[in-house]
Amino acid sequence: MDPLNAIVALTNFVLIPALAYGSQIALGALGITLIYGILRFAHFAHGDIMALGTAVVILVTWGFQAQGIGLGPLPTALLALPFGIAATILYLLAVDRTVYRFYRKVKAKPMIFVMAALGVMFVTNGITRLVMGPSEQRFADGERFIISVREFRDWTGLAEGLALRSAQALTIVVALIAMVLLFWFLNRTRAGKSMRAYSDNEDLALLSGINPERVVVITWAITGTLIVLAGTLYGLDKSYRPFTYFQLLLPFFAAAIVGGLGNPMGAIIGGYVVAFAEMGITYAWRRVFTHLLPEGWEPTGLMQILPVDYKFAVTFGILVIVLIFRPTGIFKGRTL
Amino acid sequence: MSEHALAPSADAVLIGEAMTGGYGGADILHSCTIAVEKGEIAVIVGPNGAGKSTAMKAVFGMLKLREGQVRLNGEDITGLSPQARVRKGMAFVPQNANIFPSMTVEENLEMGAFIREDDFSGTMKQVFELFPILRDKRRQAAGELSGGQRQQVAVGRALMTKPTVLMLDEPTAGVSPIVMDELFDRIIEVARTGISILMVEQNARQALAIADKGYVLVQGRNRYTDTGEALLADPEVRKSFLGG
Repeated sequence: MDPLNAIVALTNFVLIPALAYGSQIALGALGITLIYGILRFAHFAHGDIMALGTAVVILVTWGFQAQGIGLGPLPTALLALPFGIAATILYLLAVDRTVYRFYRKVKAKPMIFVMAALGVMFVTNGITRLVMGPSEQRFADGERFIISVREFRDWTGLAEGLALRSAQALTIVVALIAMVLLFWFLNRTRAGKSMRAYSDNEDLALLSGINPERVVVITWAITGTLIVLAGTLYGLDKSYRPFTYFQLLLPFFAAAIVGGLGNPMGAIIGGYVVAFAEMGITYAWRRVFTHLLPEGWEPTGLMQILPVDYKFAVTFGILVIVLIFRPTGIFKGRTL
Repeated sequence: MSEHALAPSADAVLIGEAMTGGYGGADILHSCTIAVEKGEIAVIVGPNGAGKSTAMKAVFGMLKLREGQVRLNGEDITGLSPQARVRKGMAFVPQNANIFPSMTVEENLEMGAFIREDDFSGTMKQVFELFPILRDKRRQAAGELSGGQRQQVAVGRALMTKPTVLMLDEPTAGVSPIVMDELFDRIIEVARTGISILMVEQNARQALAIADKGYVLVQGRNRYTDTGEALLADPEVRKSFLGG
């Protein structure tokens, strides 16, 4: 029995990766939830917008790398982030002007909005293919590890190693800062409060003199920022591939719905719930249990509930369970 | 009693004169006139479907008038949107969905003052003096409050623009009789500060008791118009509309 090694193995293979992945999902789900609360439709173009915004970040990063501009131990992509964010916000606002604003004006049903978003998704997907192509891209540079397995073993003398990659640490820190700033904005500033008011009661917000078009612009700007952050961090942590980014739509929506649509805090909690469930259910627990159980009791199988290929099935399962038993989510949100 | 025992005086703060119109289809209002004087309480009562709320919405610009005119302090505002009317000094408390439920009481009041560029902390203090319970609950989400307290939040929110006219659509709908009495007391206090009040009420007897002027509407037409006191004393009004 060796609980210490078990904890280290668990931290290395589940806790740290899930925390990073959960932060990325939370950033995406925040956008979904904000758009749902303010514009009142399910933004299906979210994953592809993320792919496009991140593509801009990658292109600018390559440009910086070619000119030898970098941030030393930190990835160059951080320097390229503002460009990607600005481009994405402009793109979202252009889409809003040309597509969504019309449907807002005619007070279209949510389903029509969703179809419009689906169209935007396909177009955005096409643009990304033209700009970046469909294949995998790497753009990470800088220091790769904060703690490497070998260093950790040498320090502690434990059998299990623990690695903390800089992309993981960066993800958690950046996501935390973004969330704190978002909540400060929503709860403390006049513009943020007007957004919440509009989300709460549209008619009364109009009566109070809140300009809906302004609220919409702020919402897209925040969403664009969050989604490019999420995409860049995901790309640094794992890798960039447009199709993978599109697929992230499922965990984004699952997180937003689990937390309660329209509720930002719910989206964050939901993000971590989805990430930990995905990681926990697809992780082969044999190592952890080998350390935990008395000698001779070691499991012979992998002790893996589902193969990693099925991680989206986990998310889908959570989504279905929540929609059946608690459609308003953990924090009471709206129902889809 | 004649139909217009008290013709609206020319210096009424707010007057909707000879309003005719509806929500697109057939007319609901037929040459209906509603007016309120400075610092007075005017109450619109009448049976179900008499067009009470419609008359108030017409005054606030929420439906298009085919004929007639709405004037605020002598200025013709018939063509203005509700939002523009708020900026002119009108405040409206809808019957339903009249608060921001997930926001705190204080934030609700702040949102009421959204169009104000100046410091509104003085107005908020006045609202808290008028509704002391709101001061105690100012950090609580408005949606978690009781029905009567929510109505106080709704009225408080509307008062934040420092309006000259406050319009209330059935403020006592769904609250207990005790809370209703308290709300009416508060409404009288608001009127004493010089704000004119126009309200639609189901509880006709109690509302007319505090009204300076009452309008009894039937099928979108003015049936009786008089002081609240006179209407309460009128045997015909009592028999037809106040249950004897």
